[in-house]
Amino acid sequence: MARFILKRLAGTVAVLFAVSVVVFAVFNVIPNSPPAQRLAGKNANPRLVKSIEEEWGFDKPLPQQYLTMMKKTFNGELTSYEPRIPVDEQILEGIPATASLCIGAAVIWLFFGILFGYLAAVRAGGLLDRLLTGVAVAGISIPVFLLAPVLIYFLSYEIELFPSGGYVPLSEDPAQWAYHLILPWFTVAVLSIGFYSRVLRSNMLDAMDEDHVRTARAKGLGERQVMVRHVLRNSLIPIITLFGLDVGALIGGTAIITEKLFDINGVGAYAAGAVANSELPPIMGVTLYAAFFVVFFNALVDIAYAYLDPRVRLGTAAQ
Amino acid sequence: MSAEPLLAVRDLRVGFATEGGPLQAVDGVSFDLAAGEVLAIVGESGAGKSVAAQTIMGLSRSRNARIEGSVKLHGDELIDADDAVLRRLRGEQVAMIFQDPMTSFNPVYRVGAQIVEAIRAHRADVSKSEARARAVALLDSVGIPEAARRVDDYPHEFSGGMRQRAMIAMALALEPEVLIADEPTTALDVTIQAQILRLLGSLNRERGLATILITHDLGVVAEVADRVLVMYAGKVVEQGTLDEIFYDPQHPYTWGLLGSLTRLDRPRPKRLPQISGAPPSLLDLPQGCSFRPRCPHEFSKCPRTPPLEARLADAPDHRDRCWLTPEQKREKRQVGGQIGLEAPSA
Repeated sequence: MARFILKRLAGTVAVLFAVSVVVFAVFNVIPNSPPAQRLAGKNANPRLVKSIEEEWGFDKPLPQQYLTMMKKTFNGELTSYEPRIPVDEQILEGIPATASLCIGAAVIWLFFGILFGYLAAVRAGGLLDRLLTGVAVAGISIPVFLLAPVLIYFLSYEIELFPSGGYVPLSEDPAQWAYHLILPWFTVAVLSIGFYSRVLRSNMLDAMDEDHVRTARAKGLGERQVMVRHVLRNSLIPIITLFGLDVGALIGGTAIITEKLFDINGVGAYAAGAVANSELPPIMGVTLYAAFFVVFFNALVDIAYAYLDPRVRLGTAAQ
Repeated sequence: MSAEPLLAVRDLRVGFATEGGPLQAVDGVSFDLAAGEVLAIVGESGAGKSVAAQTIMGLSRSRNARIEGSVKLHGDELIDADDAVLRRLRGEQVAMIFQDPMTSFNPVYRVGAQIVEAIRAHRADVSKSEARARAVALLDSVGIPEAARRVDDYPHEFSGGMRQRAMIAMALALEPEVLIADEPTTALDVTIQAQILRLLGSLNRERGLATILITHDLGVVAEVADRVLVMYAGKVVEQGTLDEIFYDPQHPYTWGLLGSLTRLDRPRPKRLPQISGAPPSLLDLPQGCSFRPRCPHEFSKCPRTPPLEARLADAPDHRDRCWLTPEQKREKRQVGGQIGLEAPSA
C-alpha cells in the first residue's frame, strides 16, 4: 500500500509538472498584448513599462520566468497582476462554494443514477425502462448552458420556487445553503444521472447472464437479493471508476459554467474571470488545483477498486 | 417402480421464442428419479440436457420460455408452482452445481460468505457464526484442506477442483434430496475429474443423495450412473439402465457415442471414430427422426418420427426411438468387432 501511494505521488508530481508547462506555454503562445503594457495602462511611457517588466520579470527568458512562477506558486506568493491579490487566498476562498456545488451534485447524481439504472435493468423492456431511457437521453442531451436558464426562468422567475442563484455558506445557514444550491445541483447532476443510469443498466443486463447469478438463484435467494447482492454489487465497480474521475473533473473545471450561470463565487467563477482578463497567475493556480483534484480522485478510484474487487486486491499485494 | 418416485418428470416440453423463430429445446422428456439413484442425462451440446434439468428448479422460466408437462417432487407439481414455492425448494430440496466452477461463484464475496448466504436464505434463524461454522464443516467434508482458514478465501484463491468441491459443499448446505450436477467435471482436468466423481459417488452412497448427472462424457457415466437417458435434439432417443445402454444399445446415436469412446483396453484405432456431421439446428429440424441426416442406417420409415417405446420383450424399461428391428440393430451396431456407428457411405 505504501509503495502504491508513493508511486501515485510521483505520478502526481509528473502530471502537475506537465500541466503547468503546457499552461505556461499556451499562455505565452496565444496572441496577447504584453502583460507589462497592460499593467502600465494605455498611454504609459516606455520607462514605466520597462520598470514593470523588470519588477515582474517579464524581460527574462521564458524558462526562467516559468521557474520563478513555479517557485512563487509553491511558496504561496503567486499574485494576480491587477489588483495584486494572492492566488492561493482566492482559490481557498472559492473552495467552500465549489465543493458544496460539486459534492452535493455528485451525491445527487450517484443516488439517482444508481436508482434509475437499477430500476431500468430490473424492468428491462418494460414501460418503466422505456420511460427512464427517455429521461436519461433527455438528461444527456440537454447542455448545462441551456438547462440552467430554463430552470431559472420557470422555477425562480415564473413561479418563484427557488432562488435564481447566489451562495449562502453552510456555516451561516444550512437550510438556505441547500435551498440556494438545489437548482445548480440538479443542473450539474442531470447529465450524469442520465449517463450513469444508462451505463449501470447495461452493466447489470450483462451481469444478469453471469454463471454466478444463476448459482445465486439456484441456492434459493429471492429475486431482490439476487439483483442487489449479486447483480448490482458487481455492476457498481465500473460505476465507481466513472464517479471518481467525474468528481475530479467536476471540481477541476466542469463547474465553471454552472458557477457563472448561478452566480456562485467559487473557484470556477474565479478561473473564468482570470481567463477573461488574461491573467496568467490565477490561471496557473486554478489549473494546478484542478489537475491535482483529477489526479487525486484517480488515485482514490484505484484504492476503491481494490476494495470493491478482491481480484485486484490480490494483484497489488503480489506486486 | 411401485412406490412413488422422489422426482417424476412427465412429457416435459420447453420452448423458447428466439429471433430466428420458436424452437423446442426440450421435447417430451419423461423420467423418474428414485431416492439414492444416479440418473445420467447424456447428449451433445444443445441436446436440451441442461435446459431440462434447470426447468426442474424453474431456472429456465422467462418471458420467452414456454414450459409444458409435469415435474412432480414428492407428488407436488412444480411446473406451475409460485416463484416463492420454487425459491424455497431451491437449495433446500433440490440443489444444483454447474459446469464451470471458475465462474459459478461470485468473485467479489468470500467463499464462506456465499455458503453462509445459501444457508441463511432458508434458515433465517441460524446465526451468522453458526452458519459459518457449518460452512467450515461442509468445506472440510468435501475435502478442502485447512477449511477453517480457506473459508475466508475469495473464489479466485481456490483452484478449479477446489472451487467445484466448494460448489458441492454449498449445494449440500441444506441437505437436499436431489442434486443436479450439470457437467460438473467438464471444465476440470482428468485427475481432478476423477476426484470429483468419486466425491459425488460417495455422497450418493453415503447420504442417499439422488443425483441427476448431466454430461456428454460416457466415461463419466460408466463410473457413477445407475440409469441413463440419451438425448438428441431435445428428445430422449434411448433410456435404460447403465448395463442396457452400454451392452445392448438400441439407438444408432448411442452406438455412435459408444463407438467414439477411446478405450485403453482395446487396440488404438488409426483414427478416432466420430459421428459425422453436426447436430441439427433446433430451428430447422429434419422431418421424422432427428438423427436421420447423420445416420448411415436410414431407411424408408425414418421420415416418420419413431415413438419412444420398449422394443425388447425382456426389458420393458429400456426404451428407444429407432424404427429398426432389434435383430437389425444387433447386426448393424457391430463395427470392427465392437459397438459403433459406421461411417456413412459417401
